[in-house]
Amino acid sequence: MRRGHRPGAGTIAAFLTPFFLPFVLFYLVPIGYALWQSFLVVRRSGGQYGTSYTAFGGFEQYVQVFQNDEFWASIGRIGMFGIVQVPVMLFTALVMALLLDSPLLKIKGFFRTTAFMPYAVPGIIAAIMWSYLYSPQLSPVIDLLNDIGLHPDFLGPGAVLWSAANISTWLWTGYNMLIMFSALQSIPQELYEAARIDGAGNWTIAWRIKVPIIAPSIVMTTVFSIIGTLQLYSEPAVLRQISSNISSTYTPNMLAYSVAVGNNYQQAAAISVVIAVITFVLSFGFMRLTSKKAGL
Amino acid sequence: MNRQPSLPQNRVSRTAVMALMFVLALYFLLPLYFLIVAATKPQGDLASTNGLVFSDFQLMDNLHTLFTVNDGIFARWILNTVVYAVLGAAVGTLISALCGYALAKFRFRGREFLFSVILGGVLVPSTALALPLFLLFSKVQLVNTYFAVFLPSIVSPFGVYLARIFANAAVPQELIESARLDGAGEFRTFFSVSFKLMSPALVTIFLFQFVGIWNNFFLPMVMLQKESLFPITLGLFTWNGQTARTPVIQESVIAGSLVSIVPVIIVFILLQRFWRTGLAAGSLK
Repeated sequence: MRRGHRPGAGTIAAFLTPFFLPFVLFYLVPIGYALWQSFLVVRRSGGQYGTSYTAFGGFEQYVQVFQNDEFWASIGRIGMFGIVQVPVMLFTALVMALLLDSPLLKIKGFFRTTAFMPYAVPGIIAAIMWSYLYSPQLSPVIDLLNDIGLHPDFLGPGAVLWSAANISTWLWTGYNMLIMFSALQSIPQELYEAARIDGAGNWTIAWRIKVPIIAPSIVMTTVFSIIGTLQLYSEPAVLRQISSNISSTYTPNMLAYSVAVGNNYQQAAAISVVIAVITFVLSFGFMRLTSKKAGL
Repeated sequence: MNRQPSLPQNRVSRTAVMALMFVLALYFLLPLYFLIVAATKPQGDLASTNGLVFSDFQLMDNLHTLFTVNDGIFARWILNTVVYAVLGAAVGTLISALCGYALAKFRFRGREFLFSVILGGVLVPSTALALPLFLLFSKVQLVNTYFAVFLPSIVSPFGVYLARIFANAAVPQELIESARLDGAGEFRTFFSVSFKLMSPALVTIFLFQFVGIWNNFFLPMVMLQKESLFPITLGLFTWNGQTARTPVIQESVIAGSLVSIVPVIIVFILLQRFWRTGLAAGSLK
């Protein structure tokens, strides 16, 4: 059992306050403030040109959010994005991690490093780089594809969502791979020896022993990916600069921002709260679902 | 590490696996290679020459333009980024370490409650905080200042979470007890004994927080209008939006992207082992 001593209350406070003061001011207060704002409405007395005043509106802002077609369209887009991009990215990361942990591969350091490198690149700069590779005027990739008779339009109405998804995949696969790889490295080797004596091959060891053991890491990467997907902003915002197929309300965060820019802060607050609640529900829901399945 | 007698079928799968990994490596390297090539070209060659082949080598000219355009504002953006991301992560690491250490080593009422509040904070999407923070900050005239980005950036619940795990793992209780018996106060014990023991872990926390701030585009975008306060990301984003009107700026966007990511990539590769300890600790506990 962990022991610990009991210093005086003043000492404990001195250790905790430097973190908790900004945590309260810049985390908890804004959450509370957003909640409070989301229950307010701006009304006008005496017709359209009357003076405006703020009043308690109950769930009025939330009703508006749920009646907003743009909101549902943005949710639909990131829903599609998440259902495809997150599994593709995590499956690639898992396969890479298993291969890096297997005896089949050489020059592992090179592969690990190249995959992890994009993590050092901020989303905005990654999106700028890829937007050049998507641009019909500049892209060497499109030139190559033209040579073999393909004429893709990466910025077209059907493709642009997947072009954004590719940027996220490029950015985060290596990071997720490294989480899974670190977990694999901490499995004691004796476990494999025992399995080998029982006649298990690399394939069986990978999928029957390694994957179940690192399941908590896979759950964690999934939860972080869900959170990331719901916050999607940088990639579509950059692609919007070169593609007319991305509206100013393309993702929920873009919608919240454009509503706030239009000075409707209460509505923007309600959208932010809804995004945060969906994030919480999905993250916790996924954790619960997987821990039940694992019989915990 | 892994030893196994090589079976004949192994050669086929070895080749297949190497081929697969090379294709993936190519995918990860492609945009960076393109950026390097593009940064060395004159603006006119960007569209007219093959993007994967070097043409006129004009990297120095492009860098000169990058650092002189708009009265050399790019250097200012670098400085701002250092303030937000490096200084912010350093302050953030220190306060996370103090808090995580106290949560690990001191016993007091409400300790677990405080820790679960922090854990909840890990799951709060940071972009959900930006808009309400903007409204609050505009009431106290903090919008459009360094503090608007710096202050929220120093808070990292994930950092406290890691600090608590690392303090438990790295600092033996006996050492703290003996320092106490020698008459050292809690702060002295922390800075002279525990801080040193935790220092590899603190590097990991610093790196995570640095990436968090370096990557957080939404907060500065919401908070800042003055170009002189922008971090690199917001500056390049703004320039990128102007390329339709002033195409010459395109070369500066490319050169600026290269200049800002190369040092970070080098540091990250050199510090790889710190990432792995952090990621392992974060996922297994």
